[in-house]
Amino acid sequence: MDGHGGRERQLFELGRLVKAGLTQPLGLMRPGGVGRILAVRSGEGDVERGLLEMGFVEGACVEVLHHGFLGRDPLAVRINQAMTVALRRGEANAVLVGPLLNRATDVEPTTDQESRPS
Amino acid sequence: MTAGTLAAEGFRPARIALVGPPNSGKTTLFNTLTGGRQKTANYPGVTVERKSGLLKTPGGHPVEVLDLPGSYSLRARSPDEAITRDVVLGRQARETLPDALVCVTDATNLGQHLRLLLELRQLGRPLILVLNMMDIAQKRGCQISTEALSRQLGIPVVTTVAMRKHGVRDLLGQIDALLNQAPAGDGVTAISDWVEPSPDAIRAHHREVERLLQEAVVREGAPEHLTRQLDRVLLHPVAGPLILLALLFLMFQAVFSWAEAPMDWIDGGMAGLQQWLSAHMEESLLKSLLVDGIVAGVGGVVIFLPQILILFLFILLLEDSGYMTRAAFLMDRLMSAVGLNGRAFIPLLSSFACAVPGIMAARTIAHPLDRLVTILIAPLMTCSARLPVYVLLIAAFVPATTVWGGIGLQGLVMFGLYATGIVGALAVAGVLRLTLLRGDRQPLLMELPSYKWPNPANVLLGLWERAKIFMRRIGTIILSVLVILWFLSTFPAAPEGATEPAIYYSFAGLIGRTLEPLLAPIGFNWQIAIALVPGLAAREVAVAALGTVYALSGDEGAVTEALTTTLAQSWTLATALSLLAWYVFAPQCLATLAAVRRETNSWRWAAFMFVYLMTLAYLAAFVTYRVALALGGG
Repeated sequence: MDGHGGRERQLFELGRLVKAGLTQPLGLMRPGGVGRILAVRSGEGDVERGLLEMGFVEGACVEVLHHGFLGRDPLAVRINQAMTVALRRGEANAVLVGPLLNRATDVEPTTDQESRPS
Repeated sequence: MTAGTLAAEGFRPARIALVGPPNSGKTTLFNTLTGGRQKTANYPGVTVERKSGLLKTPGGHPVEVLDLPGSYSLRARSPDEAITRDVVLGRQARETLPDALVCVTDATNLGQHLRLLLELRQLGRPLILVLNMMDIAQKRGCQISTEALSRQLGIPVVTTVAMRKHGVRDLLGQIDALLNQAPAGDGVTAISDWVEPSPDAIRAHHREVERLLQEAVVREGAPEHLTRQLDRVLLHPVAGPLILLALLFLMFQAVFSWAEAPMDWIDGGMAGLQQWLSAHMEESLLKSLLVDGIVAGVGGVVIFLPQILILFLFILLLEDSGYMTRAAFLMDRLMSAVGLNGRAFIPLLSSFACAVPGIMAARTIAHPLDRLVTILIAPLMTCSARLPVYVLLIAAFVPATTVWGGIGLQGLVMFGLYATGIVGALAVAGVLRLTLLRGDRQPLLMELPSYKWPNPANVLLGLWERAKIFMRRIGTIILSVLVILWFLSTFPAAPEGATEPAIYYSFAGLIGRTLEPLLAPIGFNWQIAIALVPGLAAREVAVAALGTVYALSGDEGAVTEALTTTLAQSWTLATALSLLAWYVFAPQCLATLAAVRRETNSWRWAAFMFVYLMTLAYLAAFVTYRVALALGGG
C-alpha cells in the first residue's frame, strides 16, 4: 500500500478479495502459507499497536513458518523476509491476510532458496 | 579515567544514551565502546540495571555512555522499556536528560528498526543513527547509501561492525562533531510534549520507513537462510521439544559433573583455612565466631559458585545465540495452560541456579500480572542451595540400589524432588491466575532473532556480573546473618554439667524448642527445629546447623559423612521424607524475599510469598509424614 491509491480504492480492493474468499485471518494459516496483510484490527488498542510495532502492518508480506507442538500454537511468522515473530493464534486473528499480488516485492510462495527479486 | 578526575578538571562529561531495539547489537557496541570501564548500578526503586561507562573521544570530550534497555518503541510495554522511555524523555528520577542519543539498528532489519529512530527523531534531541552489523548486510549483498539516509533524515549516519570495533572511530568522530556544535548541557531538562503514538501514527511511521528505504537502499540483500534451516529442526513440532529436553538434560548434567572439581577445591581451601585458624588462634569467642560462624558459613555458600556459574554459562550461551526465544516459543503453549507466558521460561530456568537472578530476569516480561506470577513461583524451582540438604538426606535414607533395570534409586528420588517443585510451581501459577491474580491472557509478541555465534566478550562479562552479584550477596546478607546466627547459637553458654549439646541451651535452641510442638505433627524433632532456625535465612546453612546440633565436629566433608550415619540411625524414614517435602516448598532464603520486595516494590508480595510457601511446605510435609507413617515408614 503506497498511500497514494486512496483509502476508498483500498477498501474496494479489500471488499473484492473478501467476497472472492481470498482472505483469511493469520491465525488460520498453516506453516508454508504466505500472503499480504490487508488489515490489522483488534478490539483492544494495545494489541493492535503491539502488532503494528512488531511489523504486522498493512502491505507487509507474511509467511507462516512454524507452529507449536501443542494445539498448533503459537505461530512463528516471517515478515517481509526480514524478521521472524512468534505470536499466539488469538492475536494472529487480528491480522487479515490476502493473496500476494504480483508486485515486485512479493515473496515466492514455495521455496526459500531464491533471493528477493529487485 | 574516573568521574572524580573529570570533575576535578571542571568538566561535566557529556551524556550519550544508546537506544535501540532488542537484537540490534547495542550491548555489544556498548562493550566495544567502553571496554572494561563499565559501571553497573540499579535505577532507584527497580532493579533494572543501569549500565554506563566513561570514555574520552578523539576530540578530547569526556563522555558518559549509557546503555538503555532494548526497546521496540517508546510506548513502553515492560518495566525495562519504561526505563528507556523515561531516560530518553528526561523523566527518570536522578537521571538528567541525555545530551545526545545514539540509535543503534540492525542493518539487516532496517525495515523494522528505523521506526524507533523516527520516534526518537520526533523528540528533537541531537541524534546519531548507527547501522550496526553492516558486515552481515554486505555479505548478503545489501548496499545502503548512508549519504542518502543521512540527507533524508537530517542526522549523521554511521555504519559499524560492533564485534570488530569497526566504525567505532567514525561514531566517536560524529559524537565529537555533535558535542562541538552543542556543548554538554544545552538547558533542556525534559521533554514534556511527548505522547504515545496512536495506531495510525505507527502506520505512518511504517510508510515513512518504506519511503526512506526506497531512497537509501541501493541493492537489497538476500534473506538469511541458515536461521530458517536451523529452525526447521529446532522448532519442528516433534524434534524441537526433544532437542530442548536433551539440551536441558545436558545442562544439568554439566552443572553437576563439571562443578565437582572446583567445588572440591573450594571445600579443601575452606577446610584448610579452618584448620589454620584453629591451629594459630587462641581459644576465644573471636575464634569461635571466625571458625564456626564465618568461615564454615561462607564456605558452605561459596561452594555453589561453580554450579551457578556453569548454569549461567549455559543460559548466557543459549541467550546470546538466539536459542532462548525458541525455547520460550516451544514452551509457550504449555505455560499458557497455567496462565503464564512463554517468556517466563527464561527466568524460571535461571531459578534452578538461584531464585534471585531468576526473579530479576522476570523484568523482561511485559505484563505486570504475568511478571508477578513468575516472580512468585520462581522460588519453587530447585535452586542449588537445596542440594546439600537433598544430598545428605538421600544418602542417609535412600538405598543406593537400582530399579527398573539400571536406574539409580537415589537419582530417581532427586529427580522426583525437582519434578515436585516444577509441578508445584505450575499448580500455584494456575491457582493464582484463577484467584488473586486474575486477568486477561496476555499476548505473546516475541521476536525470534537470527541465530549467531555467541560473543565471548558478552558472555564473559555476563558471567562476571553474576559472580559479582553472588559474592556481594555473600558479603552482605549472608555474612551478617551468619554473625547473628552464630550469636544466637552460642549464647547463652551451656550450664555446668549439661547433658545436651551446647546449642540446646542457646537462644537458637530456645527458639527451636518453642517451635517443636508446632513441628511435631509433621515429624520434626527438636534437633530439626533448631537447625531450621538458621536454615530460615539461607537453606544451605541447615546442614552445618544439624552438624552442630548433633555435636559433630571437623571439616565440612567429615561432618556430612558422620551426619549421614547419625541421621540414618536416629531419624525415621517418615521424618526424612517429611523434611525433604518441606524443603521443596519452604521459603528459606532472605535474599529471595529481599529480591521480591525490590522487584515488586512492596513488602506485601514478599510477605504473601513467605506465607503461601510456608503453608505449602507445612501441608506437604504433613501429608508426606502421615502417608509415610501409614505405609510403615515409622
